[in-house]
Amino acid sequence: MTDHSEAHGGWGALDHLPGNPLMWVLILSELVVFGAFFVAFSVSRVLHPAMFLAGQAKLDRLAGGVNTMLLLTSGLAAALAVSACAAGDTRRCRRWLAGAGLLGVGFLGVKLAEYAGKASQGIGIDTDTFFTLFYLMTGFHAAHVILGLVILAVVAWKPSLENAETGAAFWHMVDLIWVLLYPIVYLIR
Amino acid sequence: MKYQSQRVALYYFAGALGLFVAQILFGVIMGTIVVVPNFLSELLPFNIARMIHTNALIVWLLMGFFGCAYYLIPEESETELYSPKLAILQFWLFLFGAAAAVVGYLFRIHEGREFLEQPLWIKLAIVVVALMFLFNVSMTVLKGRKTAITNVLLLGLWGIAVFFLFSLYNPSNLILDKMFWWWVVHLWVEGVWELVMASVLAFLMIKLTGVDREVVEKWLYIIISLTLFTGILGTGHHYYWIGTPAYWQWIGSIFSALEVVPFFAMVIFTFMMVWKGGRSHANKAALLWSLGCSTFAFFGAGVWGFLHTLAPINYVTHGTQVTAAHGHLAFYGAYVMLNIAMFTYAMPNLLKREPYNQVLNMWGFWITSSGVTFMTFALTFAGVVQAHLQRVMGMGFMDVQDQLGLFYWMRLGAGVVTLLGVILIVWSLAVPGSARQAGRVAAQPAE
Repeated sequence: MTDHSEAHGGWGALDHLPGNPLMWVLILSELVVFGAFFVAFSVSRVLHPAMFLAGQAKLDRLAGGVNTMLLLTSGLAAALAVSACAAGDTRRCRRWLAGAGLLGVGFLGVKLAEYAGKASQGIGIDTDTFFTLFYLMTGFHAAHVILGLVILAVVAWKPSLENAETGAAFWHMVDLIWVLLYPIVYLIR
Repeated sequence: MKYQSQRVALYYFAGALGLFVAQILFGVIMGTIVVVPNFLSELLPFNIARMIHTNALIVWLLMGFFGCAYYLIPEESETELYSPKLAILQFWLFLFGAAAAVVGYLFRIHEGREFLEQPLWIKLAIVVVALMFLFNVSMTVLKGRKTAITNVLLLGLWGIAVFFLFSLYNPSNLILDKMFWWWVVHLWVEGVWELVMASVLAFLMIKLTGVDREVVEKWLYIIISLTLFTGILGTGHHYYWIGTPAYWQWIGSIFSALEVVPFFAMVIFTFMMVWKGGRSHANKAALLWSLGCSTFAFFGAGVWGFLHTLAPINYVTHGTQVTAAHGHLAFYGAYVMLNIAMFTYAMPNLLKREPYNQVLNMWGFWITSSGVTFMTFALTFAGVVQAHLQRVMGMGFMDVQDQLGLFYWMRLGAGVVTLLGVILIVWSLAVPGSARQAGRVAAQPAE
């Protein structure tokens, strides 16, 4: 990792991280925002235990589980794209990026089906505090999946090692947030 | 000063300082009306005085930004301004529009929409002025060197013009009216104005501390990333109680609570640069204002904003004197001090005087800052008492106002001190120092 920190320099602690330092500013900001949402969700759950239990019972845990597998596998594909890029194999890098992107699209498909199911039951963002937070958190996360897909596409278009690392760092953050969001919102009772 | 055309900035600085004095004068008049309710009641009702106080503030800050840009951009772009004549014409047109608006207000001609009271034709004139300005500075940057500072400054200035366009959209639905009103008000002061602030501070840091441009630029990028990340969705903290969906309470609370981060980053940035920079610039007063700017902005905008930004707290404090306390310290710290920092740096160069009347200017800094700080505390305590009596105990509005009299007298006293400080600042910038003083100060750069 020494070669890319030499390409930048002067960013302090951010120099030791792969990819563009400004991406890490974004990643840290995102983690703070989602962290705040997790705290808000947990505090609200303590305040309204019955409402949150009832709301959680209406969630599709299987869909959430499938999405966890889709996104983690997609993260693996993005990591393999970076190592392909490091080996100088642009073709293989692009192929892995496409794989990561397809799995991301799959995630969005499952999410959309989940939302549609809720809508058909008459559940929306204004139903109660549980669903307000459910839609805000999963919605913000899904928006980041979409942004991530755009970033992966940009990397596939200009696949330098720095770009690949920058894009993969963002994509892994989207993974990380989901891996925390899924148990907090769907599983823990 | 390296380029002749930078001198057009002097028009804007002079105009801004004149309006600054007027703004504070009207503030003192309002502070008096609050404690002596019949003061000038026929001639100048409170709502008219308030319009002039707030409009004069916004106009002089913008005029200052224009001046800052006209000084900064030729120097950064390493080329003369595209058209100095256009800049001077733009100044007179802007000043005429501002004067016409004020005279109109005195004759009760206004549109009544808070802060955007200007009649339609003046709003359109402001758009023309903005276009003249943007054309001039953009053409200058296009023909010259492009730096991170000019890019961020232009982004901020274009943003100011684009968001002002929403002042022309006034839907009859009161909820939509307020929603878009904030696109001007919030996305200015907690969005694009912060980009102007960061870039001008970055320029001053390069000039005053001698730190490498590369280091300053990195800080600039981090600061504006944080600003846009928190500030845009932070608009949600105005959408709690205006009729917008309840989820805004979550979005607004979380994002706006983080708006303190870019302001904190600016404090770290300015102090780090001074600490790292080897060069000791003779213009100590400009450095004092720059450091004061980031520090007071952090407290006024960041800390005092955070005090009442979370929805459950705002439910109680909304529209109380807590808001007034925040508004005063935030505007002073972020934008008044930024402008005065730039004026203090640029005016001696433009007028070909060595840094002059430094001591007087620094007295102005401390007296004005003390006045505004005392006012902020008086209004904060008033707001806490008000929120408790009115919102928790359920007392009537006017009964509560009677309980706040002491705080309002303290605010008036602080306002008078502020006015004194402002007169000192303007005097020190406008009037040349005595020969003895100038001689003493001129000896300093040799260090």
